[in-house]
Amino acid sequence: MRHHAQGMKHAAAGLMLAGGLLLGSSAATTAATITIATVNNSQMVEMQKLSTQWEKETGNKINWVVLEENVLRQRVTTDIATHGGQFDILTIGSYETPIWGKQNWLVSLDGFPASYDMNDVFPSVREALSANGKLYAVPFYAESSFTYYRKDLFDKAGLTMPSQPKYDEVRTFAEKLTDRAHEQYGICLRGKPGWGENMAYLDTLVNTFGGRWFDENWKPQLNTPAWHQAVSFYIDMMHKYGPPGANSNGFNENQALFATGHCAMWIDATSGAGLLYDRKQSQVADKVAFTAAPIAKVPNGAHWFWSWALAIPESSKNVAVAKSFLQWSTSRAYIETVGKTDGWTVVPPGTRKSTYENPQYLKAAPFADFVKNAIMTADLNHPTAEKVPYTGIQYVAIPEFQAIGTTVGQMIAGALTGQMSVDDALKEAQASVAATMQQAGYTQ
Amino acid sequence: MSKAPLRIAVAIAWLAALLNFFPLAWMLLASFKTEVQAIASPPLFFFRPTLDNYRGIFAQQDYASFALNSIVISLATTLLMLLLAVPAAFAMAFYPGAKTRDLLLWMLSTKMLPAVGVLVPIYLLARDLHLLDTLTALVIVNTLSNLPIAVWMLFTFFRETPKDIIEASRIDGANVLQTIFLVLLPLVLPGIASTSLLSIILCWNEAFWSLNLSAHNAAPLTAFIASFSAPQGLFWARLSAASVLAIAPILVFGWISQRQLVRGLTFGAVK
Amino acid sequence: MQRKPAKAARVNTFPLLAPSVLALLVWMTVPLAITVWFSFRRYNLLNPMLHGFAGFNNYRFLIADPALSHILLTTIVLVVAILAITVSLGAVMAALFNLSFPGRGIARVLMISPFFVMPTVSALIWKNLLMHPVNGLFAAIARGLGLPVIDWFGSLPLLSIIIIVSWEWMPFAFLILLTALQSLDQEQLEAARLDGAGPVAIFFHIQIPHMARAISVVVMMETIFLLGIFAEIYVTTAGGPGIATTNLPFLIYQRALLAFNVGSASAAGVIAIVLANIIAAFLIRTIAKRLDV
Repeated sequence: MRHHAQGMKHAAAGLMLAGGLLLGSSAATTAATITIATVNNSQMVEMQKLSTQWEKETGNKINWVVLEENVLRQRVTTDIATHGGQFDILTIGSYETPIWGKQNWLVSLDGFPASYDMNDVFPSVREALSANGKLYAVPFYAESSFTYYRKDLFDKAGLTMPSQPKYDEVRTFAEKLTDRAHEQYGICLRGKPGWGENMAYLDTLVNTFGGRWFDENWKPQLNTPAWHQAVSFYIDMMHKYGPPGANSNGFNENQALFATGHCAMWIDATSGAGLLYDRKQSQVADKVAFTAAPIAKVPNGAHWFWSWALAIPESSKNVAVAKSFLQWSTSRAYIETVGKTDGWTVVPPGTRKSTYENPQYLKAAPFADFVKNAIMTADLNHPTAEKVPYTGIQYVAIPEFQAIGTTVGQMIAGALTGQMSVDDALKEAQASVAATMQQAGYTQ
Repeated sequence: MSKAPLRIAVAIAWLAALLNFFPLAWMLLASFKTEVQAIASPPLFFFRPTLDNYRGIFAQQDYASFALNSIVISLATTLLMLLLAVPAAFAMAFYPGAKTRDLLLWMLSTKMLPAVGVLVPIYLLARDLHLLDTLTALVIVNTLSNLPIAVWMLFTFFRETPKDIIEASRIDGANVLQTIFLVLLPLVLPGIASTSLLSIILCWNEAFWSLNLSAHNAAPLTAFIASFSAPQGLFWARLSAASVLAIAPILVFGWISQRQLVRGLTFGAVK
Repeated sequence: MQRKPAKAARVNTFPLLAPSVLALLVWMTVPLAITVWFSFRRYNLLNPMLHGFAGFNNYRFLIADPALSHILLTTIVLVVAILAITVSLGAVMAALFNLSFPGRGIARVLMISPFFVMPTVSALIWKNLLMHPVNGLFAAIARGLGLPVIDWFGSLPLLSIIIIVSWEWMPFAFLILLTALQSLDQEQLEAARLDGAGPVAIFFHIQIPHMARAISVVVMMETIFLLGIFAEIYVTTAGGPGIATTNLPFLIYQRALLAFNVGSASAAGVIAIVLANIIAAFLIRTIAKRLDV
């Protein structure tokens, strides 16, 4: 391998002569330039805009790499796993953080100054971003999931949404509120395949139907009645009361559908609320209401926990500068700046107690307390009714889960469009997960 | 052809052209709408155009830097590729050996390897050579992946050139390089031009390597698009505007050069 | 027309060929060697604890996967269907644009424009602006006409991909076939017309045979690119629903960049390389023979 690389070096050097003369080198960087990889969510785009203040204050410069979520994840994972050293700050989730932390791929984030007020950050969020008792990422925002609904439609139909709905009730509401002639659909749910898309939602549904991914010996449980009931329920409800093309709807697409008045109910991330309540971006800003995520049989794992967080790869050569940016962008002061510049409705939610004690935020964001509760009660360590060997509610915190979640997500999407039956989808899913776990050495 | 069928034929040709272009026109239209107008049902054909999407994009991303990278990568690749391909095609066309055909076919078959299968090896190599996020890396990769096509195209061109001229020049005492530069090149300029055009188009639109080997310094327009596809909320209009910005330079370039492209894009099919 | 090799010339072609051949040799063999090596390893980017020699396990799991045959079939179906559509439509359009009519230059520019557009953007346009079952233009037209709305990527996923890619590649076929037609002897056409042949007869009996070589070229060039269709699938269906639109490149992508299972992805890569070489051996060789290379 070393040998090949050397040979390549000479061959490539010859090739480069021609190209290199033309191009010069783009490697020249000053010590105070950091490269940040982030997702193109509106919160991060805002951070990018405001970061010129930090650049001015500190004299450092930021190179931004803004990519859509899937591309970003590939890019960042390839780089960190091969120690490519392309980035100084990574935007990663609560799924990756503990796994990468355990591999020592990330810089441990201790020694933040008192002014940062680490105790102000929700303990449950900090715990989700830690491994072996060390913090490996600081939260930029955190979310749980709950039910959005259209108050005007419920009132018109004479329906009342309970504070803790059951899935049977949701189904009845969806039936009454579906009006296909007017492109109004009773329920919008994720259908786009992906471990962070349809499977995120479906995992919570399976949890509350009493199911689990693995038993205590890592034996896959996808052929159990709980999975079958949950998936059948989901598919039946989506067929009857969901929008057409649901199999390509993820978080974004559903948010767009809801914001333009096509959905009566939507069960998804709490972080979607800011936009739906924003009059500039939502046609239903004065009609949207929310309640807890529904439960079916057991309350365990019916709503999820996720955090987008900022971390520093151990390959970074600018750890000190990167830390200073982390402290700035996840500070109380930053949240206040966003509140002042863009309005309190859209500040990064779910990370700090102080945000939820701020009267301006409580006034601008009617969903604030609800979100805080949902985040506090999402129990990553006990996600299911039966015992499991893993943590994580809408994911399983093992490296293999991206593969597993993606494949199973594809099967479920196949069943959703009627390409295969629920039985076949789950049978294939079980076989595929069993093979992956065997290959990875969890089971014999 | 008599009058009536001719008219029908022309009408069909125009209709097909308009239909084929329609998706692009529809996108252009969407880029001047507000987000709500962009997904209005029934769709809007007449509305008050806004430049907000474009303004938003310029405020958010440094378009010029992405576009400049695309231009540099396309041009440098094409130049490097010609330097490699012209001599090879010349040798194959004018001094073919027993293995020439096999060589040519082998070159083409390298084009059929799925890039994603060798991403990790290439990433590791680029890391060890300190080429990650450099234009050099993208130029090398693009050059190598387009080289087979270029050799093939040039080969078919050169083959159509009368041999006598080359031989006459050799007898006059010119060496190989002089022959290539002074005698052959002027004759096959249309072929070289269209090979270059095709190479520029392919480089401009290459997305896989551009995304995976670049971060900030070398990121071209295909990476620019990846920062606008499917963000949160309503995104159709802004994405349309970003798409227009990403394809406009190459589209205009293609329109201007299409006559040249047509003349050369035969791959030896025309006798 | 076939020319004999110049025998008088004693030219050392090695320095002319060497740079290209060496560059491609390195480009192909180095990553290939590493890929073959990885395909026998237990190697997951996300799990460095897992390593060691895997024997044929990566291949075994891949071949035991019941989806593999379906995926190979999808790969072939995509290539064949898109070739059929682009070549036949391209030929008809070339015949039409071979007539001279007002505004032909502009119409031709409109016709070939999709070829210049990056695949990601093409796919985004079709997915969001045209085929979207709620907000898309096709759905709006269907509703306006009182027809049922088609959920393109849900109920007709493979066809949707075929439509999008055909739209991108038809201009390429059109351009090459048009160039070929323009070289057709006008006197031959006149003679056929005087014999009373109609435009349809001329198309099938004179123009198509004349385009035969050009069609071979189109088939060969497009096959090379169509075997690697990726961006369109990635943007629209992500290989689904189920595995309805998963082709070989997308499978490798899933293993390599969604699962980060480099061992398994490398095994799939090796299979793809074998497939590419089989196709190169048969298809390209047959076509190259027709072109007297």
